[in-house]
Amino acid sequence: MSLIDLANPSRFLKFAERVLPWLAAATAVLMLVGLQQVFAAPDDYQQGATVKIMFIHVPSAWLSMFVWGVMSLAALGTLVWRHPLADVSAKAAVPIGAAFTFIALVTGSLWGRPMWGTYWEWDARLTSVLILFLMYLGLMALWRAVDDPSRAARAAAIITLVGAINLPIIKFSVDWWNTLHQPASVLRIGGPTIHPSLLVPLLIMAVAFSLLFLTLHLAAMRNEILRRRVRTLRLLQASAARA
Amino acid sequence: MTRKQRRLVLIGSALTVLAIAAALVLNALRDSIVFFSTPSMAAEKSIPPGQRFRLGGLVQAGSLERGKQLQVKFVVTDGNASLPVMFTGILPDLFREGQGVISEGALDAAGVFKADTVLAKHDETYMPKDVADALKKQGHWKDESAQQQNAAGAKAATSVR
Repeated sequence: MSLIDLANPSRFLKFAERVLPWLAAATAVLMLVGLQQVFAAPDDYQQGATVKIMFIHVPSAWLSMFVWGVMSLAALGTLVWRHPLADVSAKAAVPIGAAFTFIALVTGSLWGRPMWGTYWEWDARLTSVLILFLMYLGLMALWRAVDDPSRAARAAAIITLVGAINLPIIKFSVDWWNTLHQPASVLRIGGPTIHPSLLVPLLIMAVAFSLLFLTLHLAAMRNEILRRRVRTLRLLQASAARA
Repeated sequence: MTRKQRRLVLIGSALTVLAIAAALVLNALRDSIVFFSTPSMAAEKSIPPGQRFRLGGLVQAGSLERGKQLQVKFVVTDGNASLPVMFTGILPDLFREGQGVISEGALDAAGVFKADTVLAKHDETYMPKDVADALKKQGHWKDESAQQQNAAGAKAATSVR
Protein backbone atom coordinates (compact mmCIF):
# COMPACT_ATOMS: atom_id res chain seq x y z
CA MET A 1 0.00 0.00 0.00
CA SER A 2 1.48 3.35 -0.94
CA LEU A 3 1.04 6.61 0.87
CA ILE A 4 -1.35 7.97 -1.76
CA ASP A 5 -3.77 5.08 -1.14
CA LEU A 6 -4.11 6.23 2.47
CA ALA A 7 -5.66 9.46 1.24
CA ASN A 8 -8.86 7.50 0.89
CA PRO A 9 -10.53 7.60 4.35
CA SER A 10 -11.90 4.05 4.04
CA ARG A 11 -8.49 2.65 3.20
CA PHE A 12 -7.04 4.72 6.02
CA LEU A 13 -9.55 3.25 8.47
CA LYS A 14 -8.58 -0.30 7.46
CA PHE A 15 -4.91 0.60 7.76
CA ALA A 16 -5.44 2.14 11.21
CA GLU A 17 -7.35 -0.90 12.48
CA ARG A 18 -4.52 -3.18 11.37
CA VAL A 19 -1.64 -1.06 12.71
CA LEU A 20 -3.09 0.25 15.98
CA PRO A 21 -2.78 -2.94 18.11
CA TRP A 22 0.88 -3.32 17.12
CA LEU A 23 1.61 0.34 17.82
CA ALA A 24 -0.09 0.16 21.19
CA ALA A 25 1.84 -2.98 22.12
CA ALA A 26 5.16 -1.45 21.03
CA THR A 27 4.37 1.67 23.07
CA ALA A 28 3.60 -0.37 26.19
CA VAL A 29 6.76 -2.48 25.87
CA LEU A 30 9.03 0.51 25.28
CA MET A 31 7.41 2.49 28.07
CA LEU A 32 8.00 -0.39 30.51
CA VAL A 33 11.61 -0.85 29.38
CA GLY A 34 12.13 2.92 29.61
CA LEU A 35 10.65 3.19 33.10
CA GLN A 36 12.76 0.27 34.29
CA GLN A 37 15.86 1.99 32.85
CA VAL A 38 14.83 5.26 34.51
CA PHE A 39 14.42 3.46 37.82
CA ALA A 40 17.87 1.90 37.47
CA ALA A 41 19.55 5.12 36.31
CA PRO A 42 22.03 6.69 38.75
CA ASP A 43 21.36 9.94 40.59
CA ASP A 44 22.87 13.14 39.26
CA TYR A 45 25.98 14.48 41.02
CA GLN A 46 24.28 17.81 41.75
CA GLN A 47 20.57 17.19 41.66
CA GLY A 48 20.39 13.78 43.26
CA ALA A 49 17.19 11.83 42.64
CA THR A 50 15.38 14.95 41.43
CA VAL A 51 16.94 14.30 38.02
CA LYS A 52 14.33 11.54 37.51
CA ILE A 53 11.83 14.27 36.63
CA MET A 54 13.90 14.88 33.51
CA PHE A 55 12.81 11.53 32.02
CA ILE A 56 9.20 12.74 31.89
CA HIS A 57 9.78 16.46 31.49
CA VAL A 58 12.18 16.41 28.53
CA PRO A 59 10.28 13.90 26.31
CA SER A 60 7.01 15.78 26.96
CA ALA A 61 8.65 19.08 26.07
CA TRP A 62 10.11 17.60 22.86
CA LEU A 63 6.73 16.11 21.94
CA SER A 64 4.93 19.38 22.65
CA MET A 65 7.00 20.99 19.90
CA PHE A 66 7.05 17.94 17.61
CA VAL A 67 3.23 17.75 17.64
CA TRP A 68 3.01 21.40 16.57
CA GLY A 69 5.46 20.52 13.79
CA VAL A 70 3.19 17.67 12.65
CA MET A 71 0.21 20.05 12.77
CA SER A 72 2.14 22.59 10.66
CA LEU A 73 2.80 19.96 7.99
CA ALA A 74 -0.88 19.02 8.10
CA ALA A 75 -1.77 22.71 7.79
CA LEU A 76 0.28 22.90 4.60
CA GLY A 77 -1.53 19.78 3.44
CA THR A 78 -4.86 21.51 4.05
CA LEU A 79 -3.99 24.87 2.49
CA VAL A 80 -1.76 23.83 -0.40
CA TRP A 81 -2.59 20.29 -1.45
CA ARG A 82 -6.17 20.09 -0.10
CA HIS A 83 -5.35 16.60 1.15
CA PRO A 84 -8.54 14.98 2.51
CA LEU A 85 -6.84 13.60 5.63
CA ALA A 86 -4.72 16.67 6.43
CA ASP A 87 -7.32 18.47 8.51
CA VAL A 88 -8.32 15.22 10.21
CA SER A 89 -4.68 14.78 11.25
CA ALA A 90 -4.40 18.41 12.36
CA LYS A 91 -7.56 18.32 14.44
CA ALA A 92 -6.70 14.98 16.06
CA ALA A 93 -3.24 16.19 17.11
CA VAL A 94 -4.30 19.35 18.99
CA PRO A 95 -5.49 17.88 22.33
CA ILE A 96 -2.57 15.42 22.40
CA GLY A 97 -0.08 18.25 21.90
CA ALA A 98 -1.83 20.31 24.55
CA ALA A 99 -1.55 17.39 26.99
CA PHE A 100 2.19 16.97 26.37
CA THR A 101 2.73 20.73 26.80
CA PHE A 102 0.75 20.65 30.04
CA ILE A 103 2.84 17.74 31.37
CA ALA A 104 6.04 19.58 30.41
CA LEU A 105 4.89 22.74 32.22
CA VAL A 106 3.76 20.94 35.38
CA THR A 107 6.80 18.66 35.70
CA GLY A 108 9.07 21.61 34.94
CA SER A 109 7.40 23.59 37.68
CA LEU A 110 7.76 20.73 40.18
CA TRP A 111 11.40 20.37 39.17
CA GLY A 112 12.05 24.08 39.40
CA ARG A 113 10.93 24.40 43.01
CA PRO A 114 13.62 22.18 44.59
CA MET A 115 16.41 23.01 42.11
CA TRP A 116 16.01 26.69 41.22
CA GLY A 117 13.96 27.70 44.24
CA THR A 118 10.81 28.71 42.35
CA TYR A 119 7.77 27.11 40.72
CA TRP A 120 7.53 29.73 38.04
CA GLU A 121 9.51 32.66 36.67
CA TRP A 122 8.77 34.70 33.57
CA ASP A 123 11.95 33.78 31.76
CA ALA A 124 12.02 33.44 27.97
CA ARG A 125 11.88 29.61 27.83
CA LEU A 126 9.08 29.21 30.36
CA THR A 127 7.02 32.03 28.88
CA SER A 128 7.36 30.84 25.27
CA VAL A 129 6.23 27.32 26.26
CA LEU A 130 3.26 28.80 28.14
CA ILE A 131 2.37 30.68 24.94
CA LEU A 132 2.56 27.37 23.05
CA PHE A 133 0.13 25.83 25.56
CA LEU A 134 -2.28 28.76 25.23
CA MET A 135 -2.15 28.46 21.44
CA TYR A 136 -3.05 24.76 21.71
CA LEU A 137 -6.05 25.71 23.85
CA GLY A 138 -7.00 28.42 21.36
CA LEU A 139 -6.89 25.92 18.49
CA MET A 140 -9.10 23.49 20.42
CA ALA A 141 -11.62 26.29 20.96
CA LEU A 142 -11.46 27.29 17.29
CA TRP A 143 -12.13 23.73 16.09
CA ARG A 144 -15.22 23.64 18.29
CA ALA A 145 -16.40 27.15 17.44
CA VAL A 146 -16.85 26.58 13.70
CA ASP A 147 -19.45 23.99 12.69
CA ASP A 148 -18.34 23.29 9.15
CA PRO A 149 -15.17 21.13 9.39
CA SER A 150 -13.62 22.39 6.15
CA ARG A 151 -14.00 26.04 7.15
CA ALA A 152 -12.67 25.34 10.64
CA ALA A 153 -9.76 23.48 9.04
CA ARG A 154 -8.65 26.48 6.95
CA ALA A 155 -8.80 28.91 9.88
CA ALA A 156 -6.99 26.43 12.15
CA ALA A 157 -4.34 25.80 9.48
CA ILE A 158 -3.52 29.51 9.22
CA ILE A 159 -3.25 29.86 13.02
CA THR A 160 -1.10 26.73 13.19
CA LEU A 161 1.36 28.11 10.63
CA VAL A 162 1.51 31.48 12.41
CA GLY A 163 2.09 29.65 15.70
CA ALA A 164 4.94 27.66 14.14
CA ILE A 165 7.06 30.82 14.41
CA ASN A 166 7.07 30.16 18.16
CA LEU A 167 8.91 26.82 17.71
CA PRO A 168 12.39 28.26 16.92
CA ILE A 169 11.80 30.89 19.62
CA ILE A 170 11.22 28.13 22.20
CA LYS A 171 14.20 26.09 21.02
CA PHE A 172 16.68 28.98 20.92
CA SER A 173 15.27 31.11 23.75
CA VAL A 174 17.93 29.73 26.09
CA ASP A 175 20.69 30.75 23.65
CA TRP A 176 19.38 34.14 22.56
CA TRP A 177 18.60 35.55 26.00
CA ASN A 178 19.78 35.17 29.57
CA THR A 179 17.31 32.73 31.10
CA LEU A 180 16.81 30.83 34.33
CA HIS A 181 16.38 27.64 32.30
CA GLN A 182 19.70 26.05 31.39
CA PRO A 183 20.73 25.64 27.72
CA ALA A 184 20.04 22.47 25.70
CA SER A 185 21.73 19.28 26.92
CA VAL A 186 21.00 16.84 24.09
CA LEU A 187 20.24 18.62 20.81
CA ARG A 188 23.21 20.97 20.83
CA ILE A 189 26.31 21.70 18.79
CA GLY A 190 29.18 19.65 20.22
CA GLY A 191 27.06 16.70 21.32
CA PRO A 192 25.09 15.89 24.46
CA THR A 193 26.32 16.94 27.90
CA ILE A 194 24.45 14.12 29.61
CA HIS A 195 26.40 11.09 30.75
CA PRO A 196 25.41 7.94 28.75
CA SER A 197 24.03 6.28 31.91
CA LEU A 198 21.40 9.03 32.06
CA LEU A 199 21.16 9.74 28.32
CA VAL A 200 20.20 6.20 27.25
CA PRO A 201 17.08 6.00 29.51
CA LEU A 202 16.14 9.51 28.38
CA LEU A 203 16.31 8.53 24.70
CA ILE A 204 14.32 5.32 25.31
CA MET A 205 11.65 7.39 27.05
CA ALA A 206 11.67 9.85 24.16
CA VAL A 207 11.04 7.03 21.66
CA ALA A 208 8.33 5.60 23.94
CA PHE A 209 6.63 9.00 24.16
CA SER A 210 6.82 9.37 20.35
CA LEU A 211 5.21 5.96 19.90
CA LEU A 212 2.55 6.96 22.42
CA PHE A 213 1.83 10.04 20.32
CA LEU A 214 1.67 7.97 17.11
CA THR A 215 -0.77 5.53 18.72
CA LEU A 216 -3.01 8.23 20.19
CA HIS A 217 -2.87 10.29 17.00
CA LEU A 218 -3.81 7.40 14.76
CA ALA A 219 -6.68 6.42 17.08
CA ALA A 220 -7.88 10.03 17.28
CA MET A 221 -7.77 10.33 13.46
CA ARG A 222 -9.85 7.16 13.16
CA ASN A 223 -12.35 8.55 15.66
CA GLU A 224 -12.52 11.85 13.80
CA ILE A 225 -13.26 10.13 10.47
CA LEU A 226 -16.00 8.08 12.10
CA ARG A 227 -17.38 11.19 13.82
CA ARG A 228 -17.60 12.96 10.45
CA ARG A 229 -19.40 9.99 8.93
CA VAL A 230 -21.93 10.04 11.74
CA ARG A 231 -22.40 13.76 11.18
CA THR A 232 -22.96 13.28 7.45
CA LEU A 233 -25.43 10.46 8.07
CA ARG A 234 -27.34 12.60 10.58
CA LEU A 235 -27.51 15.49 8.09
CA LEU A 236 -28.78 13.12 5.38
CA GLN A 237 -31.35 11.68 7.75
CA ALA A 238 -32.55 15.14 8.74
CA SER A 239 -32.92 16.30 5.14
CA ALA A 240 -34.69 13.03 4.22
CA ALA A 241 -37.15 13.48 7.08
CA ARG A 242 -37.90 17.02 5.94
CA ALA A 243 -38.50 15.99 2.31
CA MET B 1 2.88 28.28 -12.02
CA THR B 2 0.22 25.85 -10.91
CA ARG B 3 -2.34 26.85 -8.31
CA LYS B 4 -0.64 24.65 -5.72
CA GLN B 5 2.68 26.35 -6.31
CA ARG B 6 1.02 29.76 -6.11
CA ARG B 7 -0.58 28.88 -2.78
CA LEU B 8 2.75 27.57 -1.48
CA VAL B 9 4.56 30.77 -2.49
CA LEU B 10 1.83 32.89 -0.93
CA ILE B 11 2.00 31.01 2.39
CA GLY B 12 5.79 31.01 2.31
CA SER B 13 6.02 34.75 1.78
CA ALA B 14 3.35 35.50 4.40
CA LEU B 15 5.25 33.41 6.94
CA THR B 16 8.54 35.07 6.02
CA VAL B 17 7.05 38.52 6.61
CA LEU B 18 5.58 37.34 9.94
CA ALA B 19 8.88 35.80 11.01
CA ILE B 20 10.72 39.04 10.22
CA ALA B 21 8.11 41.00 12.18
CA ALA B 22 8.48 38.63 15.14
CA ALA B 23 12.27 38.92 14.97
CA LEU B 24 12.08 42.73 14.97
CA VAL B 25 9.69 42.79 17.92
CA LEU B 26 11.80 40.34 19.93
CA ASN B 27 14.91 42.34 19.08
CA ALA B 28 13.27 45.56 20.24
CA LEU B 29 12.12 43.90 23.48
CA ARG B 30 15.53 42.32 24.10
CA ASP B 31 16.14 44.33 27.26
CA SER B 32 12.94 43.12 28.90
CA ILE B 33 13.15 39.53 27.69
CA VAL B 34 16.62 39.08 29.20
CA PHE B 35 15.90 37.46 32.55
CA PHE B 36 18.87 38.86 34.43
CA SER B 37 21.76 41.29 34.09
CA THR B 38 25.34 40.25 34.73
CA PRO B 39 27.45 42.53 36.95
CA SER B 40 29.12 44.04 33.86
CA MET B 41 25.73 44.70 32.24
CA ALA B 42 24.56 46.32 35.49
CA ALA B 43 27.66 48.51 35.57
CA GLU B 44 27.22 49.47 31.92
CA LYS B 45 23.57 50.42 32.42
CA SER B 46 24.53 52.29 35.64
CA ILE B 47 21.30 51.26 37.37
CA PRO B 48 20.48 53.79 40.12
CA PRO B 49 20.23 52.57 43.74
CA GLY B 50 16.74 51.46 44.66
CA GLN B 51 15.73 50.33 41.15
CA ARG B 52 14.87 46.65 41.15
CA PHE B 53 16.53 44.26 38.73
CA ARG B 54 17.74 40.66 38.61
CA LEU B 55 21.44 40.10 39.00
CA GLY B 56 22.89 36.88 37.59
CA GLY B 57 26.34 35.33 37.59
CA LEU B 58 28.54 32.87 39.44
CA VAL B 59 29.04 32.90 43.19
CA GLN B 60 32.72 33.79 43.55
CA ALA B 61 34.69 30.99 45.21
CA GLY B 62 35.53 31.81 48.83
CA SER B 63 33.18 34.79 48.98
CA LEU B 64 30.32 33.25 50.98
CA GLU B 65 29.97 34.61 54.53
CA ARG B 66 27.16 33.57 56.84
CA GLY B 67 25.98 36.13 59.38
CA LYS B 68 23.62 35.64 62.27
CA GLN B 69 20.11 34.34 61.68
CA LEU B 70 19.82 33.51 58.00
CA GLN B 71 21.93 36.39 56.76
CA VAL B 72 24.35 35.61 53.94
CA LYS B 73 26.82 37.71 51.99
CA PHE B 74 28.46 36.62 48.78
CA VAL B 75 29.96 38.08 45.63
CA VAL B 76 28.40 37.52 42.20
CA THR B 77 30.86 37.67 39.34
CA ASP B 78 30.82 37.23 35.58
CA GLY B 79 34.58 37.13 35.14
CA ASN B 80 34.88 40.84 34.34
CA ALA B 81 32.92 42.63 37.03
CA SER B 82 31.49 41.59 40.36
CA LEU B 83 28.96 42.85 42.88
CA PRO B 84 28.53 42.06 46.58
CA VAL B 85 25.10 40.63 47.45
CA MET B 86 23.31 40.56 50.83
CA PHE B 87 20.41 38.21 51.42
CA THR B 88 18.38 37.02 54.39
CA GLY B 89 16.52 33.78 53.94
CA ILE B 90 16.82 30.15 52.92
CA LEU B 91 19.10 29.50 49.97
CA PRO B 92 18.10 26.91 47.33
CA ASP B 93 19.70 23.45 47.59
CA LEU B 94 21.88 24.00 44.55
CA PHE B 95 23.38 27.19 45.94
CA ARG B 96 27.16 26.84 46.34
CA GLU B 97 30.33 28.68 45.47
CA GLY B 98 31.15 28.53 41.78
CA GLN B 99 27.48 27.87 40.99
CA GLY B 100 25.27 30.06 38.83
CA VAL B 101 22.84 32.18 40.79
CA ILE B 102 20.15 34.78 40.03
CA SER B 103 19.12 37.22 42.74
CA GLU B 104 16.35 39.78 42.63
CA GLY B 105 16.54 43.08 44.47
CA ALA B 106 18.16 46.48 44.24
CA LEU B 107 21.46 48.20 44.91
CA ASP B 108 21.75 50.26 48.05
CA ALA B 109 23.62 53.57 48.35
CA ALA B 110 26.87 51.73 49.18
CA GLY B 111 26.69 49.67 45.98
CA VAL B 112 25.70 46.44 47.75
CA PHE B 113 22.97 44.42 46.07
CA LYS B 114 20.19 43.79 48.62
CA ALA B 115 18.41 40.67 47.39
CA ASP B 116 15.02 39.45 48.51
CA THR B 117 15.03 36.35 46.29
CA VAL B 118 17.90 34.06 45.37
CA LEU B 119 17.42 31.43 42.66
CA ALA B 120 19.99 28.79 41.76
CA LYS B 121 20.80 28.17 38.14
CA HIS B 122 22.20 24.84 37.07
CA ASP B 123 24.11 24.09 33.91
CA GLU B 124 23.26 21.61 31.16
CA THR B 125 25.60 18.86 32.44
CA TYR B 126 24.19 15.72 33.99
CA MET B 127 26.29 12.82 35.27
CA PRO B 128 26.32 10.26 38.08
CA LYS B 129 28.17 11.20 41.26
CA ASP B 130 30.92 8.59 40.87
CA VAL B 131 31.70 9.86 37.36
CA ALA B 132 31.95 13.41 38.74
CA ASP B 133 34.23 12.16 41.53
CA ALA B 134 36.41 10.26 39.06
CA LEU B 135 36.70 13.33 36.86
CA LYS B 136 37.68 15.42 39.88
CA LYS B 137 40.31 12.87 40.88
CA GLN B 138 41.81 12.82 37.41
CA GLY B 139 41.89 16.60 37.32
CA HIS B 140 39.54 16.79 34.32
CA TRP B 141 36.88 18.54 36.34
CA LYS B 142 34.78 20.92 34.31
CA ASP B 143 34.87 23.73 36.86
CA GLU B 144 37.78 25.57 35.25
CA SER B 145 36.59 25.21 31.68
CA ALA B 146 32.95 25.75 32.61
CA GLN B 147 33.77 28.90 34.54
CA GLN B 148 35.76 30.21 31.63
CA GLN B 149 32.89 29.36 29.33
CA ASN B 150 30.38 31.05 31.58
CA ALA B 151 32.58 34.12 31.84
CA ALA B 152 32.93 34.09 28.05
CA GLY B 153 29.18 33.70 27.74
CA ALA B 154 28.62 36.62 30.04
CA LYS B 155 31.14 38.59 28.02
CA ALA B 156 29.38 37.68 24.79
CA ALA B 157 26.07 38.75 26.33
CA THR B 158 27.52 42.13 27.16
CA SER B 159 29.24 42.62 23.81
CA VAL B 160 26.04 41.86 21.91
CA ARG B 161 24.33 44.75 23.58
